[in-house]
Amino acid sequence: MIRGNYLLTGLTLPDGSKSDIAISDGKISEMGTNLLATEGAAKIDLAGSIALPGLVDLHTHLREPGKEDAETILSGTMAAAKGGFVAVSAMANTSPVADTAGVVEQVYALGQSAGFADVFPIGAVTEGLKGENLSEIGAMADSRARVRVFSDDGSCVFDPLVMRRALEYVKKFDGVIAQHAQDPRLTQGSQMNEGEISSRLGLKGWPAVAEEAIIARDILLADHVQSRLHICHLTTAGGVEIIRWAKARGINVTAEVTPHHLLLTDERALSYDPIFKVNPPLRTQKDVEALREGLADGTIDIVATDHAPHPAEAKECEWQEAAFGMLGLESALSIVNQTMVSTGLMNWEAVADRMSYAPSKIARYSEHGQVLKVGANAHLTLINPNLTFKVDRDLVASRSRNTPFHGMELQGLVTATFYRGLPTYLNGKLSSVHDAPVPGGVK
Amino acid sequence: MKHLLSISDISKMEAISILDTAQELARVSDGPMKKLPTLRGRTIVNLFAEDSTRTRISFEAAAKRLSADVINFSAKGSSISKGESLKDTAMTLQAMGADAVIIRHSASGAAQRLADSKWMSGSVINAGDGTHEHPSQALLDAFTIRKHLSKGANDLTGLRIAIVGDVLHSRVARSNVLLLSKLGAQVVLVAPPTLLPVGIQSWPCQISYDLDEVISSVDAIMMLRIQLERMSEMYFPNAREYSRYFGLNSDRIRAMKSDSIVMHPGPMNRGLEITADAADGARSVIVEQVTNGVSIRMAILYLLLAGNQDAMESGVNL
Repeated sequence: MIRGNYLLTGLTLPDGSKSDIAISDGKISEMGTNLLATEGAAKIDLAGSIALPGLVDLHTHLREPGKEDAETILSGTMAAAKGGFVAVSAMANTSPVADTAGVVEQVYALGQSAGFADVFPIGAVTEGLKGENLSEIGAMADSRARVRVFSDDGSCVFDPLVMRRALEYVKKFDGVIAQHAQDPRLTQGSQMNEGEISSRLGLKGWPAVAEEAIIARDILLADHVQSRLHICHLTTAGGVEIIRWAKARGINVTAEVTPHHLLLTDERALSYDPIFKVNPPLRTQKDVEALREGLADGTIDIVATDHAPHPAEAKECEWQEAAFGMLGLESALSIVNQTMVSTGLMNWEAVADRMSYAPSKIARYSEHGQVLKVGANAHLTLINPNLTFKVDRDLVASRSRNTPFHGMELQGLVTATFYRGLPTYLNGKLSSVHDAPVPGGVK
Repeated sequence: MKHLLSISDISKMEAISILDTAQELARVSDGPMKKLPTLRGRTIVNLFAEDSTRTRISFEAAAKRLSADVINFSAKGSSISKGESLKDTAMTLQAMGADAVIIRHSASGAAQRLADSKWMSGSVINAGDGTHEHPSQALLDAFTIRKHLSKGANDLTGLRIAIVGDVLHSRVARSNVLLLSKLGAQVVLVAPPTLLPVGIQSWPCQISYDLDEVISSVDAIMMLRIQLERMSEMYFPNAREYSRYFGLNSDRIRAMKSDSIVMHPGPMNRGLEITADAADGARSVIVEQVTNGVSIRMAILYLLLAGNQDAMESGVNL
């Protein structure tokens, strides 16, 4: 049993009201202003910080097993804690692929033993991510990892019959299929968004329609079989329109947007620096604006990082040789603050929804995404929106350094993260809950 | 100017200065002593990570006529074929003291990556990067056009030039659109819609899908090579249909203006985008393009390496 008593003072809640928060035994034990610390409790002054329910990421590449040179479950969850996350969802495209109960149980267990955040494995939809035969979805759902989200992310489930069967099959245990929407025929060899810039640079284009056509098809399939569909990393204005239409019709579809697609455009490719190479690609300013609007009005349900670590050599090369993907966990909340809150598009209540309540609900993570009140699990993210910091790739907690934000000044700094009532990130230091000091607890 | 990566990096005045310099240097090449001592003791590396005959030889000849030491480094038989990265190759060349690297590479942007990186410090000259640009080709094309058609003017104002064929995959087309329009010419791209990139509306040129509609109005026509593998990618039904609509043959040659010229960057697919009649006929300047290529590349090396940092801005004194 993890024990620990803390009193966090000077906080602002998502609704704008002031409150202190007392934590005991992994739960929020008291809230209100001018609380007095109970004996043995550590008092931490966090004046200026907003308190959010602990952030939950629905789209994380932790690379273990198989690519431990890029990231491990330990290093990835340390990056998560530093970015304010208390739970991450490990994508299935590892080596071996997470398509059996054995692999997902191992990933789950490694997350628990690291002690920086819950790691919920996402199961592969198809064996080996090949898009042909369904993987052992039922066994993964029944395993100790209790998988509810299935995705072939990195590849699209392109065969419409396979997609239909997967959507139907997961209804048995209230699962959801998270689709990487990318028509593979329309994107063979694609390097970046297809448009003015790709034509100038001579880089093969990735047209918006390749994403939108799959989204439209899968929405109709999900409606037909009455199942749950989640669209990964939405990037286009057209995709936002299609999802808005589907929601208006009452179809059970949810969607995510990444922080980098809220901030960056395809103009970054003009440098030919593949630090900006990502799949799906950075789009145009018009798309960025549509994504922000969609996130603000709830058409897009959540922000998910698509944190994708790569070793240096995968990016220190020609654009077309480079790997797709960028780091996301450590900068996500700052970018959401900068693009959505500072701009007046969203308030903190909405941030709590898009980054904690809604992802927990989609993935059925019942221990997460709880409103901050007495008795709730003490998963907390603290951010000071008035502090800025300069991103330095040499200072990241991730094992890889492929952040596209290197050198940028970002608005909003995560000041502390509490996971199961204990600080995983505080005063610039990361600590596992297994090593945490236990003030007022067992000596 | 330290590098030559893209036509978009040079001004109209700089382009004209390169053409004028090439004209002076061509005079030297025509004389009895072809060699100048200008780049004696300088090391130039021809880094050709993609097959090329004429561009590599042309740069080599240009460097040698300026007395530079030339090292040829091609994909076959080098560490590149063993999977060495561009970074390691560049650092190796740096360690050997290369003053300039002329790079041909199948990846768009490879030359810029080399120039922007800290992997090496010498000049980088783009000799064709993927489907992006081929600036020295555009300069030699502009030189050829100016020589035949400008009537003494130093730019190409008033000329209409068609570029015909696979614009989508053509670095020659990209560099030429930028350069010829910069020099005052009106450029029209002619191709089936499948071989024109999305977003081309923003390029400084006109677009046509109909060669016959365009051909009688142009002063120069530049045919682009059609790669046979494009057929399996369904850009057009078959070679016969392509030739019928977009090939240059003797009927179309007859429809051209009386003093117009026919160009091709090579290598040609005779019988596909151009017939033998058209390629070898009186209007053809295709072989002369190769000759002019050496002068242009001498001018580029001279202006980048001859130590006179102001040469590009002030015009050139030989």
